[in-house]
Amino acid sequence: MAVELDSTPQEAFGESQDDSQSPPLRGRLAVASAFAKLAPVIFSLTLLLTAWELYARLGGIAPTMLPAPSRVLAQAWENRAALADNTLPTIRATLAGFACSLAAAFILSALVDFLAPLRRALFPLLIASQTLPLVAIAPLAVLWFGFGLLPKILLVALVTFFPMMVALVEGYAATSPEISQMLAAMGAGRWRIFWLARLPSALPYFFAGLRISITYAVVGAIFAEYAGAAKGLGIYMLSAKNNFRPDLVLAAVALSSALTLALFGLAVLVQRLAMPWENADGERARYVGGEPVGKGRP
Amino acid sequence: MTRLELRNVQKSFGALKVLAGVSLHVAAGEFVSILGPSGAGKSTLFQLLTGAIRGEGEMRFDGAPLDGARFAFMPQRDALMPWRRVIDNATLGLEVQGMKRRAARRRVAPLFAEFGLVGFEHAWPAELSGGMRQRAALLRTVVQQRDMLLLDEPFGALDALTRAAMQRWLETMWRNHRWTALLITHDVREAVLLSDRIYVLSARPARVVREVAVPLPRPRTESAVLAREAAAIEAGILDTLLGQPDSNFRPCDGELK
Repeated sequence: MAVELDSTPQEAFGESQDDSQSPPLRGRLAVASAFAKLAPVIFSLTLLLTAWELYARLGGIAPTMLPAPSRVLAQAWENRAALADNTLPTIRATLAGFACSLAAAFILSALVDFLAPLRRALFPLLIASQTLPLVAIAPLAVLWFGFGLLPKILLVALVTFFPMMVALVEGYAATSPEISQMLAAMGAGRWRIFWLARLPSALPYFFAGLRISITYAVVGAIFAEYAGAAKGLGIYMLSAKNNFRPDLVLAAVALSSALTLALFGLAVLVQRLAMPWENADGERARYVGGEPVGKGRP
Repeated sequence: MTRLELRNVQKSFGALKVLAGVSLHVAAGEFVSILGPSGAGKSTLFQLLTGAIRGEGEMRFDGAPLDGARFAFMPQRDALMPWRRVIDNATLGLEVQGMKRRAARRRVAPLFAEFGLVGFEHAWPAELSGGMRQRAALLRTVVQQRDMLLLDEPFGALDALTRAAMQRWLETMWRNHRWTALLITHDVREAVLLSDRIYVLSARPARVVREVAVPLPRPRTESAVLAREAAAIEAGILDTLLGQPDSNFRPCDGELK
């Protein structure tokens, strides 16, 4: 036989097993590189807080005007029970609103994918929905739907829905036409092609949209609470402001930022888990050096 | 025995005539190539065969009008799904046919050795080299056990050396399996190496300008004598392709005047 091809991949696999000793080293490297990535932001944050602290202490500014970060921290600790009590409803509203938004984005994007005219009917409305000023809509939502969870869910959904919807629709459209054609030749129907090819193709787009919209979610919930709620970070900020306690307003702000960052981190984590192939690189194939050329040839 | 037969197949997109009456046939166990310049409508022909588009003319399979899924289709580039592991890409066609994933995996697993992919069953496609991806794509195509393979420029995106290795490998595979296959290519050497017969298409609108039998014995990669005969056939086909009066390409036109 002229060409012996089978040998090469096996050898390559044997070779790729060699790096089985390296994981501990790899782990240490990962920690080191994570620290190297975080170092600049830790530095700039420290610098900002130090400058603020010095300015508030040495500038002779009243704490009711601009409290120092140390005071915000101390007061946050002192009022931790009240803060926690008001954070939980905000988390609940954010997650419930985001879940509704996610479900709606998925269902509507799939409908639009199957019925093209629907896209032209829906998208102008959806774009218009993004022009509504939250300050006007939030009190109206409370007026119409009361002080309960519903207006918060609706507002969170309003601000988070659009980026995910657009990302999904564009993601479906990014499906490789060759994969679609191949599936059709295999005898797959439209629904099958959507499930096997269009939806997975849209995943990277979807997660890009998700990362954008999740940063709006907490803000949306706080806006709704600001307009009227029994409990929540929004209403907490409002009453702290009315009591001339900017330190507690800032403590609530820090909490809402931390919440957004945590949700963002969660989104990145879910993306990693949902798309493990994204982390796969060509390492194994590089061992093979491309091809069975030159191996076993006469 | 003739399996696929096309008679005067035509296709236009609006005013643009792409196929101007193509007639060809493929016998059982025969490897036939369609060779033509870029944009001649070769891929349109495959779309007609897989039912993606409709045209005029007669298409028959085993004597009856072409219907249903007769073909296993391998598209240009590999069309592997990056989100499926190699083995799950290989089982795709079986799953679409309704086979359970586990049963489909059992069916394809023994074939990995022959396709040079042992050890890579659970790799992601991104971890494979270009040639390995093409072998995985061909594996996905042949496990469907359809009556006939349609290969649309399967090696067009590979570098020259990898392509040459893949052509030799495919010839070896074909000698062992005797698939009935129709290959689209614009690589004359590839067509001569692999085919029993070659249909040479004109530039658009495409029609068959020549039918070339390749009577060389197999395997075709071993002897110098065979290489010389193959080169003669290649030269003849190139003359047909480049010497067409309506071809856009006229070599040495400027220098001679």
